[in-house]
Amino acid sequence: METIILFAPLVAAILAGFGWKIMGETAAMWLTTGALFLSCILSWIVFLSFDGVTHQIEIMKYIESGSLSSSWSIRLDRLTAIMLVVVTTVSAFVHLYSFGYMANDPAFKEGESYKPRFFAYLSFFTFTMLMLVTADNLVQMFFGWEGVGLASYLLIGFYYRKPSASAAAMKAFVVNRVGDFGFILGMLALFFTVDSIAFDDVFAYAPTLAETKLSFLWQEWTASEVIALLLFVGAMGKSAQLILHTWLPDAMEGPTPVSALIHAATMVTAGVFLVCRMSPVMEFAPHATTFITVLGATTAFFAATVGLVQTDIKRVIAYSTCSQLGYMFVAAGVGMYSAAMFHLLTHAFFKALLFLGAGSVIHAMHHEQDMMNYGGLRKKIPFTYWSMMIGTLAITGVGIPLTQIGFAGFLSKDAIIESAYAGGTSYGFWLLVIAAAFTSFYSWRLIFLTFFGEARGDKHTHEHAHESPLVMLIPLGVLSVGAVFAGMLWYGNFFGHADQVGKFFGIPVAAAEAHEEATTETADHGETATHGEAAGTEMAAAGVHHYRFTGDPGQGALYMGPENTILDDAHAAPNWVKVSPFIAMVLGLLVAIWFYIVNPSLPGRLAENQRPLYLFLKNKWYFDEIYDALLIKPIVALGRLLWKRGDGSIIDGLINGVALGVIPFFTRLAGRAQSGFIFTYAFWMVLGIAALVTWMTIGGGAH
Amino acid sequence: MDNLLSIVTFIPALAALILAVFLRGDDEAAQRNAKWVAMFATAVTFLVSIAIYTGFDPSNPGFQMVEEGEWLLGLKYKMGVDGISVLFVMLTTFIMPLSIMASWQIKSRVKEYMIAFLLLETLMLGVFMALDLVLFYLFFEGGLIPMFLIIGIWGGKNRIYASFKFFLFTFLGSVLMLVAMVAMYADAGTTDIELLLSHEFASQSFSVLGIQVVGGMQTLLFLAFFASFAVKMPMWPVHTWLPDAHVQAPTAGSVVLAAIMLKMGGYGFLRFSLPMFPVGSDVMASLVLWMSAIAIVYTSLVALVQDDMKKLIAYSSVAHMGFVTMGIFAANQQGIDGAIFQMLSHGFVSAALFLCVGVVYDRMHTREIDAYGGLVNRMPAYALVFMFFTMGNVGLPGTSGFVGEFLTMMGAFQVNTWVTAVAATGVILSASYALWLYRRVMFGDLIKESLKTIKDMSAREKWIFAPLVAMTLLLGVYPALVTDIIGQSTTALVAKFDTALAAAEAVNQHASN
Repeated sequence: METIILFAPLVAAILAGFGWKIMGETAAMWLTTGALFLSCILSWIVFLSFDGVTHQIEIMKYIESGSLSSSWSIRLDRLTAIMLVVVTTVSAFVHLYSFGYMANDPAFKEGESYKPRFFAYLSFFTFTMLMLVTADNLVQMFFGWEGVGLASYLLIGFYYRKPSASAAAMKAFVVNRVGDFGFILGMLALFFTVDSIAFDDVFAYAPTLAETKLSFLWQEWTASEVIALLLFVGAMGKSAQLILHTWLPDAMEGPTPVSALIHAATMVTAGVFLVCRMSPVMEFAPHATTFITVLGATTAFFAATVGLVQTDIKRVIAYSTCSQLGYMFVAAGVGMYSAAMFHLLTHAFFKALLFLGAGSVIHAMHHEQDMMNYGGLRKKIPFTYWSMMIGTLAITGVGIPLTQIGFAGFLSKDAIIESAYAGGTSYGFWLLVIAAAFTSFYSWRLIFLTFFGEARGDKHTHEHAHESPLVMLIPLGVLSVGAVFAGMLWYGNFFGHADQVGKFFGIPVAAAEAHEEATTETADHGETATHGEAAGTEMAAAGVHHYRFTGDPGQGALYMGPENTILDDAHAAPNWVKVSPFIAMVLGLLVAIWFYIVNPSLPGRLAENQRPLYLFLKNKWYFDEIYDALLIKPIVALGRLLWKRGDGSIIDGLINGVALGVIPFFTRLAGRAQSGFIFTYAFWMVLGIAALVTWMTIGGGAH
Repeated sequence: MDNLLSIVTFIPALAALILAVFLRGDDEAAQRNAKWVAMFATAVTFLVSIAIYTGFDPSNPGFQMVEEGEWLLGLKYKMGVDGISVLFVMLTTFIMPLSIMASWQIKSRVKEYMIAFLLLETLMLGVFMALDLVLFYLFFEGGLIPMFLIIGIWGGKNRIYASFKFFLFTFLGSVLMLVAMVAMYADAGTTDIELLLSHEFASQSFSVLGIQVVGGMQTLLFLAFFASFAVKMPMWPVHTWLPDAHVQAPTAGSVVLAAIMLKMGGYGFLRFSLPMFPVGSDVMASLVLWMSAIAIVYTSLVALVQDDMKKLIAYSSVAHMGFVTMGIFAANQQGIDGAIFQMLSHGFVSAALFLCVGVVYDRMHTREIDAYGGLVNRMPAYALVFMFFTMGNVGLPGTSGFVGEFLTMMGAFQVNTWVTAVAATGVILSASYALWLYRRVMFGDLIKESLKTIKDMSAREKWIFAPLVAMTLLLGVYPALVTDIIGQSTTALVAKFDTALAAAEAVNQHASN
């Protein structure tokens, strides 16, 4: 069954991509969509019937050399099962949606066939994404990792006539490659220390990694720290975290269904998945995970600030994605992997919903993407309006504080913020709370600018604004259901009591009585449990612990060390912590109402008054400009220097210089007759051989 | 068949002889006949060579299908293959029919052209099979002559300069190798490569004119061979002949040069340098590793700023060869497996990339990147093929390009993490130059008037690419196809290398005590 889930999209992509001329456009589109729905249904069956026990299905061998042995295989555990559902569900509905969205694309000329290609790319993407999440070793994961990069490249550059699209595609690939540089080195370091890159071996070896010294570049490091950090560099690229985030907003050049599928729900979460997958290693790398937390929080904050002032509807959502991914990394960084996965799951629903909703708006407005030209669309496209409303309620985190009733984002985001508090990172906690306020502001700003107020921009476009066809509305409806209920439905599994979470992820749990014993035991072993231990005993004294996670790394889909008590600590967080994201959300909403409903002239005046700040945010903190000046220009200049000076003047110059006496002689010969110069060469060679032969015949006798 | 190797080696030469003797005239019929004879001969060579592949026993690390006989002037004729060489033989027989097919449009001196290619095939096959020093040298150097003619006669505008540069570089390198071979014979008393492999060349340090030569004679021999192989590879900083040669060579010439001839350098390192002069190799290893890392970064940067498509691909070839030398001189299983894999993979990918340039060059007669743009509009099949091999070139997993790069880096990481980290930046740079090229040539609207009538690939062109696509994909998905065959020989080579080093170490310790 897992094999069908994995290969159905590939087969469909190949058949549709190469065979559409034979089977026809519509058949190709239905074939890919059908294959995806098949995968989707099977994935849900797998997810719902999964018993928590990890098992592997080997398909065939992959790279083998000496002690390196890797295979193409499927690893099925809870983490994979979650990702299967997320990927295939969003992908299936995005396929369906694309029937409507891509129907008459003005970027292509009359009679040009682009739809089968689009659908084939989408299915190919899904296949590589599934390869990524089902991998049983890091190389296969890297195959999927780069494969989704290729699909993303092809789809961002789908409108190949637009120079900006092909530029964005290339940027996405190259920036991701910077991350892959880290990923590759991480794999190499793992192989060097563990002598394997299969997950089972790596996980089993993880505790030893923390005690292994690895000399990498200029000094010796703790192996687990280096490996965790290098792999995280890969995650930074794929998940658009700060420093390597610049490609994601540009990726919005791709068609909107692509943005929903790849650049919101699935591919960009691969980094989070990687960190969670490697949780056994991460647990032994306290410094690396601190870095992940700090970077995630900073990204969440940074992207939210930029999102405040963007006017392109897709870019707002893109920065929002970037920001939400930061949230997930904070959760993973403090060791609350299940909360990261929880947010990954809910985010997939509401962010895909928001993107597809935005696509529906764009579709209605004849491919106008500037929100400044929207306004008052509530009546024109009511279904789209309501679904985007649900998406916004979900992302901003609307719910009833201190209960488990609310939209999907309410439960998962609050889980992360509580974890950040429990993880003791006040930097992360406060940045996330502020970012929550910003999230609320820009999300509501989007709604107000698009659906409320007066119609702005081209009158003709507004008059012809129309609701999207049913194939586009069904996906919106389905995702809306997810955005409403996903949080409440799975809260217990991802962020409930330890025994619930443990059961869901297949992690062994023990009753809390054993907890104190365990901490003293680890202390005896001399492990660094200072913070966790202190907090743990304190909490245990308060009677909060019911269960704790036990078992060895790799026994469950996630691993949380004995001193990792974040889950219980988060539940025990004070009420003001639990309520703070809600307050932030309300604040953001109120300011948005004030700015865009009550006093619509205010934002413009504020932008005038605070010009430098506005430009700073509008220009995304000038990252692109800085990179261009500090990296791209110097690299190209260096290339030119090495070519003209290095190759030209120095190397060739030197060789020409040495041969200065010889060259004119030969060129004269060559000028006279080509054969003459060739003859000379042959002559020298024959002479050489003659010399050798003579030497051997004479010298041979001596031996 | 007892002399299968000789049969495979000399079928092309026989065909060349037939062409030379029996084909008269230069009319259209004669041209057609020349092409078909060459096509037929190379195809037959490939088909017969499959018997080498199927008859090869991967579990035996030694030489197989050995043929031995007396030759003229008391020299010996000895041929054989092992895991290291057998796949290069296959690569050669595989690529040659494709390059003949790619030469179908040649108009001038067709007969001579085909003779040159057929002779070249024989000589290249000989290089990979020769088990006698003199024989090896004859094949190794002899191969230069036809390639030289191919560039010098059928090349572009600057062909004289390019072929001259090619000559100057390779000649200087091989003179030193010849001297070293003489010295080896003087020391070991044999030219039999199998015997030389078990001969121990002196590795005691000595000093000449106050300069201490660490590793002694082995280091000197190593350096002499290195001069020849490094130029052939080509390694930085003696790579500058390659871009010129490629730019001037006709398409098929570039294909053979990149796909097969460059591999002679890597093969040479594996056949001679590493096993015969282990101490010398070890002394020089970190220098070579650094040269490799510099080559990768340096030539990638240079590739980034090229305006000529062929030159760009030529520089990218040098960068990819950097991974090969890095893997070889890491001198462990992954490194050497990776190096061989990378050479084979590069054989398919770079051949295809040069053919891709050939496709548009045949139509527009320019290699200037700026002369193109928006080709995807009129050439969808070409766009697909070019994209596929661009991805092969950047080492996307799933193509053969990844496996070689990954394994060589894995090998190098165990030896020197700095070198590996520097080399790994090649992963970023290769994506930059390859995609930048693709973007400028293929994407965008089709604006240029001259391109408005350009035609997509013909059936012949598609058939040339099909086998290359298949191999690139096959090796990328199932690399065991290669590693299963080379594995035992690599293991034996690494074991021999390590034992020799340990022994030399012990001797030195003893001496210093």
